[in-house]
Amino acid sequence: MRTALPKVRVPYLLLFPGFAFLFTFFILPIVNLAQTSTQTPISGGDTGQYEQTFAFGNYIDAFLENREQFARSFVYATLATIFALAIAYPLAYAIAFKSGKFKNILLVLVVAPFFTSFLLRTIAWKQILGEEGFLVPTLRNLHLLGPQTTITSTSVAVVAGMTYNFLPFMTLPLYASLERIDPRTIEASGDLYANGITTFRRVTVPLSMPGVVAGTLLTFIPAAGDYVNAAILGSPNTKMIGNVIESRYFKIVDYPTAAALSFTLMAAILILVTLYIRKAGTEELV
Amino acid sequence: MAKERSLSPEARSILSARLSRRSVLAGAGGLGAVGLLSACGGGGDSGSSDNSVRWGNWPLYLDFDEESKTYPTLVKFADQTGIDAQYFEDYNDNDEFFGKVQAQLKLGEDIGYDVVTPTDWMAARWMRLGYTQKFDLANIPNHGNILDSLKSPSYDPNRESSLTWQGIMAGFGWNTEKNPKGIRTLDDLFAPQNKGKIVVLTEMRDTIGVILLAQGVDITKVTEDQFMNAVDFMAQKISDGWIRGVKGNEYAEDLTSGDATAVIGWSGDMFILASENEGKFDFAIPESGGTISGDNLMIPSTASAAGKANGEKMINYYYDPVVAAEVAAYVNYVCPVKGAQAEMEKIAPELATSEYIFPTEKTSSRLNVFRSLTPDEETTWAEAFQKAQGN
Repeated sequence: MRTALPKVRVPYLLLFPGFAFLFTFFILPIVNLAQTSTQTPISGGDTGQYEQTFAFGNYIDAFLENREQFARSFVYATLATIFALAIAYPLAYAIAFKSGKFKNILLVLVVAPFFTSFLLRTIAWKQILGEEGFLVPTLRNLHLLGPQTTITSTSVAVVAGMTYNFLPFMTLPLYASLERIDPRTIEASGDLYANGITTFRRVTVPLSMPGVVAGTLLTFIPAAGDYVNAAILGSPNTKMIGNVIESRYFKIVDYPTAAALSFTLMAAILILVTLYIRKAGTEELV
Repeated sequence: MAKERSLSPEARSILSARLSRRSVLAGAGGLGAVGLLSACGGGGDSGSSDNSVRWGNWPLYLDFDEESKTYPTLVKFADQTGIDAQYFEDYNDNDEFFGKVQAQLKLGEDIGYDVVTPTDWMAARWMRLGYTQKFDLANIPNHGNILDSLKSPSYDPNRESSLTWQGIMAGFGWNTEKNPKGIRTLDDLFAPQNKGKIVVLTEMRDTIGVILLAQGVDITKVTEDQFMNAVDFMAQKISDGWIRGVKGNEYAEDLTSGDATAVIGWSGDMFILASENEGKFDFAIPESGGTISGDNLMIPSTASAAGKANGEKMINYYYDPVVAAEVAAYVNYVCPVKGAQAEMEKIAPELATSEYIFPTEKTSSRLNVFRSLTPDEETTWAEAFQKAQGN
């Protein structure tokens, strides 16, 4: 018994730094946010002064007033995730199986955008999709775009920006799981008279599912809460819930509504992700 | 600003290669957007001492010498007085800065600045909450140099605890190729060639102010109904696809990239655009009137007695017309100091006649100040304005 006790304590000691960190930087802010979300303005108080009245109605008001932006956030995030998957899968596949000695260089190229700030990369897209960029005049010359139609300030630009910005988050987990696939399983599939397509469908895709699940989550979750792409590349008609929260917090100085919206967003993402993992994750993985 | 006149004086001043705010901005595309993520900017945290003054100001808002990486007028002030003047370019956004220091102001703890530079409406909030200190006018003999038009704002009728740093005019800016006749009225702005290529300002008092003035409303007395009516007008123009965006300084990039052809914008930015692309852009105060607002030098309630006295000396220094002219030559916003125009004659005569920096009597008479709002109005009006832009 004497020697066993310290052994029991060791894991707790090792967990302590992590718990302390989570407590300070996750639990405390969440509690604070929860408190703020049910406050109402002090009557006769100044801008930004609120008191606790447990006004749970804040949640209903906040949600009903911003249904449109909530819906838009999830639609955009879903689209960006699908596009990112469509682009990243062949990319990761090529890097994992077909790149030979260029593998490392290609991987560096995938990660390279991270060396510049997220913001600058988004602003760069504004130039690329802008009137005096390369794309718009070319499309106009090909009569694919009308003279008055623009790409920036549309949902196309916002979804494109999100797809681009989150692409590495999709590519890296996909690469990691594709790269781990034992080539002998693919050979075996061929030996059993499966053609290329069948092999891909029955062997490669199922074995890469952990990467697909990780990649889609890493893309979808930040994309749903993103506001930078909508702010820089969008218009008033493409605002997402992140933009509303920012405006509530900084511009209107309405902390309770901002907090209630943040909670609602967290809950919505949590529910969607749980459903997704239930469906895609466990069944396919186990 | 005058009709069909190209802005060659300003362009000439560029050719003379005096570095100014415009060349810095030109190299820093997307400056406004950077503010989006810079909410945690540092600075202003050094301790106060009896012989120093700490000033928090907006970026690119004081003459800067690229070669020596110093602020020439501030260095001169330090040399003259022996006061250690510390300058922090970390006032990026009124609401954000307020959010950062509010808790300390409430508790009476040092916020790390002896002089701050909030915009009028935010200055009004600081005063309402008792977060400022009254000036000791004995330390500011140049106090009387403030322009008559800025002398008695509603939030500080006798300028007892604030003095304007720079004035900002809002009006119409446009691409002269797409709008050869210029833009003087709202009808000119919402002309077919600008459909879907109009950008208006995120600053509620400027955008809605200009619309209200065009609707014949006196913005020094605007009522809630009139305000909401103007917000509805803007919302309608957004949903009908006329207005493509509601933005801060970034509208300048949209104009250069061709994504925008007409804007409700600020004089200082339009000055830069007009100077850099001679003949391509122009700016005018609407026939029905434009808005003028100011950023204000103020001393927070938390500044020590020494910090306050040093701050007052510094404010006095910047109200010396000679110094004010030097700053204005770099900053290009409306100079609030009487006599600076005459001094500008000596250092940059081509700028002394610029309506951007020294609006004539005729232009000034068309500039209006948005009335100060009660806390309730501030919230409901801001909410309506944000909702109209999709937030």
